[in-house]
Amino acid sequence: MTFDVKKQTPNIIVWVILLTLPLWIEHAGSYIQLGTQVVVMALGAMALNFLLGYTGVLSFGHAAYFGLGAYGAGLTLRYLAPSTGSAVVVGVIAGMVAAAVIGPLIVRLRGVYFAMVTIAFGQVFYFVAFRWNAVTGGDDGLTNWKRQPLHFGPVTFDIQSNATNFYFFVLAIFALAVAVMAFLLRSPFGRTLIAIRENERRTRFMGINVNLHIWLSWMISCTFMALAGTLYALLNNFVDPRALFWTQSGTFVIICVMGGMRSFWGPLVGAAIFVWLQDYLSSLTPNWQSFVGLVFVAVVLFFPRGVLGILRRRALE
Amino acid sequence: MSFLNIDNVSKHFGSLVAVDGVSMKVEKGECRAVIGPNGAGKTTFFNLITGMLPPTKGSVSLDGHNLAGVDPSQRVKLGMARTFQITEIFPELTVRENIRIPVEIAAGLRLKPWMPAGMGAVIRDRVEELLDEGGLTRIADRFAGELSHGDQRACEIMMALALKPRLLLLDEPTAGMGDDETHAIARLIKRIHRESHMTIVLIEHDMRVVFNLADRITVLAEGRPLAEGTPAEITANEKVQAAYLGDAA
Repeated sequence: MTFDVKKQTPNIIVWVILLTLPLWIEHAGSYIQLGTQVVVMALGAMALNFLLGYTGVLSFGHAAYFGLGAYGAGLTLRYLAPSTGSAVVVGVIAGMVAAAVIGPLIVRLRGVYFAMVTIAFGQVFYFVAFRWNAVTGGDDGLTNWKRQPLHFGPVTFDIQSNATNFYFFVLAIFALAVAVMAFLLRSPFGRTLIAIRENERRTRFMGINVNLHIWLSWMISCTFMALAGTLYALLNNFVDPRALFWTQSGTFVIICVMGGMRSFWGPLVGAAIFVWLQDYLSSLTPNWQSFVGLVFVAVVLFFPRGVLGILRRRALE
Repeated sequence: MSFLNIDNVSKHFGSLVAVDGVSMKVEKGECRAVIGPNGAGKTTFFNLITGMLPPTKGSVSLDGHNLAGVDPSQRVKLGMARTFQITEIFPELTVRENIRIPVEIAAGLRLKPWMPAGMGAVIRDRVEELLDEGGLTRIADRFAGELSHGDQRACEIMMALALKPRLLLLDEPTAGMGDDETHAIARLIKRIHRESHMTIVLIEHDMRVVFNLADRITVLAEGRPLAEGTPAEITANEKVQAAYLGDAA
């Protein structure tokens, strides 16, 4: 395959910014943990966008899988094994299994009915985490655990106390995850998902079992969402039931819409805007959410295709 | 046994009888037109064939397969492809991508998370061939949603053909088109029929198109079969003239 510079420009820009981030983030008046948070939220939003932007199915309950990943990782480190790798694997499997089981129950639904039922299932997990004090710590959250350094034979990579190392650990996982998603979207299977988004009836009359394809897309989306959840727990060394609450699902939808659902990197841009706004505004006022809301309304009114949607239209013109 | 065998199908919506005991046999390689005045039940009849609606009574079989309980996506696998009265395409994808998706599906790649070695070139060649056949090469890189009505319809027909169907069903292929577009689509259908000996069933309003394309014509009126025959026989049929052609002329 040939290397098309023009097509690759957005990818090059994104990766240069992300790889050099530890060099400039403090000069930009911010700090490395915020950069890590952007990458984690971007992974979650891109996972949601696999379903929302590329299959055309709106889930309002993705926090459930984000939270399952987070609790899976936290509980593993707290009770099972002092291993960051195992924590990530357990969290991802927890999210994937839940999505696989719930999927067949909901893929027949469409539009707002699908969204409502995903919220309902999400809230079930929220209440479990909230009520099961003995194991999850209930409303106070799950504490008394820490992410562990990575051991590669004799070599140790300290992601526990070195924030820059942890950033690169998160970025490596992010790179792997988005590469897999990009690869899938460019495959024949990925094109059937885009076909469903574009015109479900036409796709069905091409002989596609639409519900099966939506279920697969849902599982892929939820699995990567759980992966983002594990990283979120590791970043904070803490997880509480709010990670599972339906407003967390809303945050991911807002990030996708702000950044642009039809652009592959849109959710990353959305996550950068959202996380930075949250950090900046919450230092000024306890009512920061109102201002995030205003920005969101402005984006929806003036850039209905998100920030990247606007940039892309400029580029085409 | 005929290739497409429709035996005494009826469809009731509550107390409304949209299709009432219609039988139709279509032979392999035939181009059959279904005509009738507005409200004759043509589109409902079509939906019974493609499986969008289950019949209240009667049966449909394709090449000896009884299609009772077979859903639309499975009927496609048995070789049925259709277009819709209101064009159904992928508006935000280019014409080339619109054609590419059914080509990949017909090649059995629907669930492949990667392109198998060697298939890339096969798919590309087939897409270009279909674009050329449909006269779409000049607009292959434009978004399907921004094309003229006629080009969108040509795109939709080529998407159906990309599935390599054995039976092509066209629901009012020239509906809402001007004369030039109507001629272009009629020419395209005629060429497909002549070159690939495709079995085609079409619903059509435009009589010039019907008499130009169809080998045989079935006339429906108020959900019932009124007449069937060659275009010459239908033109001469007094019942048809009274019910339908008389109004149009």
